[in-house]
Amino acid sequence: QLSLFRFTVKRPLSTSHSSVDSKEMKKFQLLAHKWWDEEGEYAALHSMNDIRVPFIRDTLLSMSSNYHLGNPLSGIKILDVGCGGGLLSEPLGRLGASVTGIDPVEDNIRTADRHKSFDPVLAKRIQYKCSSLEEIVEESMETFDVIVASEVVEHVADLETFIKCCSQVLKPEGSLFITTINKTQLSYVLGIVVAENIMGIVPEGTHEWEKFVPPEELEHLLESNGFSVKSVNGMLYNPLSGSWSWMESTSLNYAVHAVRSGAPAQSHAADALPETDVQQRSATAATA
Amino acid sequence: SAAPPLYDVVVSGGGMVGSAMAAVLGHDIHFHDKKIALLEAGPRKEYDHIPDSYSNRVSSISPGSATLLSSCGAWDHVCSLRLKPFRRMQVWDACSEAMIVFEKDDLDDMGYIVENDVIMSALTKQLDAVADRVEVFYRSKAVGYTWPLPSHGCDTSPWVQVELADGRRLQTKLLIGADGHNSVVRKEAEIKNIEHQYDQSAVVATLHLSEATDNNVAWQRFLPTGPIALLPLSDTASSLVWSTSHDHASELLAMDEESFVDSINSAFWSNVNHSDFIDAAGAMFRSAISLLKPSGTAVRQLPPSVAKVDPESRAMFPLGMGHATEYVQHRVALIGDAAHRVHPLAGQGVNLGFGDIACLAHHLSAAAFNGSDLGSLKHLLKFETERQRHNVSLIAATDVLKRLYSTTLPPLVLLRTWGLQATNALPPVKVRI
Repeated sequence: QLSLFRFTVKRPLSTSHSSVDSKEMKKFQLLAHKWWDEEGEYAALHSMNDIRVPFIRDTLLSMSSNYHLGNPLSGIKILDVGCGGGLLSEPLGRLGASVTGIDPVEDNIRTADRHKSFDPVLAKRIQYKCSSLEEIVEESMETFDVIVASEVVEHVADLETFIKCCSQVLKPEGSLFITTINKTQLSYVLGIVVAENIMGIVPEGTHEWEKFVPPEELEHLLESNGFSVKSVNGMLYNPLSGSWSWMESTSLNYAVHAVRSGAPAQSHAADALPETDVQQRSATAATA
Repeated sequence: SAAPPLYDVVVSGGGMVGSAMAAVLGHDIHFHDKKIALLEAGPRKEYDHIPDSYSNRVSSISPGSATLLSSCGAWDHVCSLRLKPFRRMQVWDACSEAMIVFEKDDLDDMGYIVENDVIMSALTKQLDAVADRVEVFYRSKAVGYTWPLPSHGCDTSPWVQVELADGRRLQTKLLIGADGHNSVVRKEAEIKNIEHQYDQSAVVATLHLSEATDNNVAWQRFLPTGPIALLPLSDTASSLVWSTSHDHASELLAMDEESFVDSINSAFWSNVNHSDFIDAAGAMFRSAISLLKPSGTAVRQLPPSVAKVDPESRAMFPLGMGHATEYVQHRVALIGDAAHRVHPLAGQGVNLGFGDIACLAHHLSAAAFNGSDLGSLKHLLKFETERQRHNVSLIAATDVLKRLYSTTLPPLVLLRTWGLQATNALPPVKVRI
């Protein structure tokens, strides 16, 4: 019953067709210079690399048959949406991928560009662009093998638009990796009250519980927009050791791997869905 | 002006440990596309063909170290050059009859005595094999290091800058200091070192035995002046490592060859330091043990006697102990004698260094496969914790043993006599050693 309740709460429809929320942008602008301090405000994101990079790497390796010694992701084009200071783009670049990192906050892109500039290998493999996802859709149709949207969907204004754009810039059978935070009582207590207000694991005001995304809703949006969800795994942060691990429960943080279907992206057959969702989607179609 | 060339890893110091570190990383699959540099102040060391005479600097290589050298393909070269496996170690006291024998149940090799030059030659060959990844700079001494600022928004280079004696410069994401117990890397990184000079020097020499024998036992006798060890090189030759006072060491080097040989034989065979009291107490303890544990007293083998010493093979070097308080810092790691220096009595020195390499290479390999910044403290600290935990107890125990055996005072002799006899009788303790 609880999950049905969530389905019927409509996400606020943005009239700008943009997934970027300007309030969110301002929050990140203030901390643009703090990205690369491994012990600073973004420490938890740095240590998240220890599980999200192997997750992406191993999933992609299991799906391909070639392996280039020393460069496991060689030849793969990755789009890092909401790349921030490049914390995730850089490890993916080091593993051999060609990475395009986009972020709407110009200071973030500046920080990311400067940080990669000292390493000639990374400087060639990674390109940063100050842009929203919608802005690159036209020129990047079916361009990328992989999209990673890590700790991003809980900040976007319109999640469905975001997912549709992902589908458009991904090649058929391309992979989408998302990590985000569930919307539960537990995530409010631990993710906001403890993490932001009490322990300072996350800078205060970073997250709004209202915008957290339950995995059922995310899965539903993905499946209705031409994606097939392959795996959903819970993640847990241990503030004492400063490290992340995988866990069964998705009640806090979780990671999703979805694959874009081979056919050009279309929504699923309408008769499979409850009444309210059909109403929602026809409303969206009307404004598109 | 163009920036100096950037390497992923620079190893400073091309001795056995530094060369092995570079070779192991060079052979790691996750380092396939990485750039490694090895800086060595001296010339390239390689045998065209192995000389007939043995070198006087040898090391006791543990099976674990042999495995590490195998992993980068160097052990095969060692085996094809020259080495001597030994099956047994007999350690005893000059002041009593107490003795301890180490032997593997399965009669496997306990370890190998290998000349240091042989190991170097094998490693040089394996470095050549990965020359596309590992660049070796011979006759290149590093004279200065510049550390990056830890802060993260600045416009200065985040890498370690290395300046060579000839003015060339390199940059690196990770600097590994393998430059010996007087490590410049450690000093420039301002890492505190706990050190202590022993009032002892080690005398080394290549000896020829009176008669050919199976020679697969390593012998060590604790004299009041220090331990004397005979390490097998072949059926007719052994290497001497005699730790003694500086004065006695100089005397040994100065005396004629016959007297030198006599001193060695006397050191192993003479019972002048025995006292009736200790002998009686020891014998009593031994019969007590044999009641409780019949197999607990081993057969005493007799060490070989020495006939000749190789001319020009006598040398001495001072001994000391040292331990760095930190093994790592941002973008820096210390391995081998740069991190820790021990007394040769336990035959552990280079094995600790090889153990450091196995551990650091493991963590760096995982970091490379995760796309991490190689100089990041996160995985370097894991290396430090693992190795300090292992090394500190061994170094402390070696130091204690050295001090315990440097006396003729009856209470301490009795203590160590009974201790040695008890240890010999107790399998669990022996296995740990």
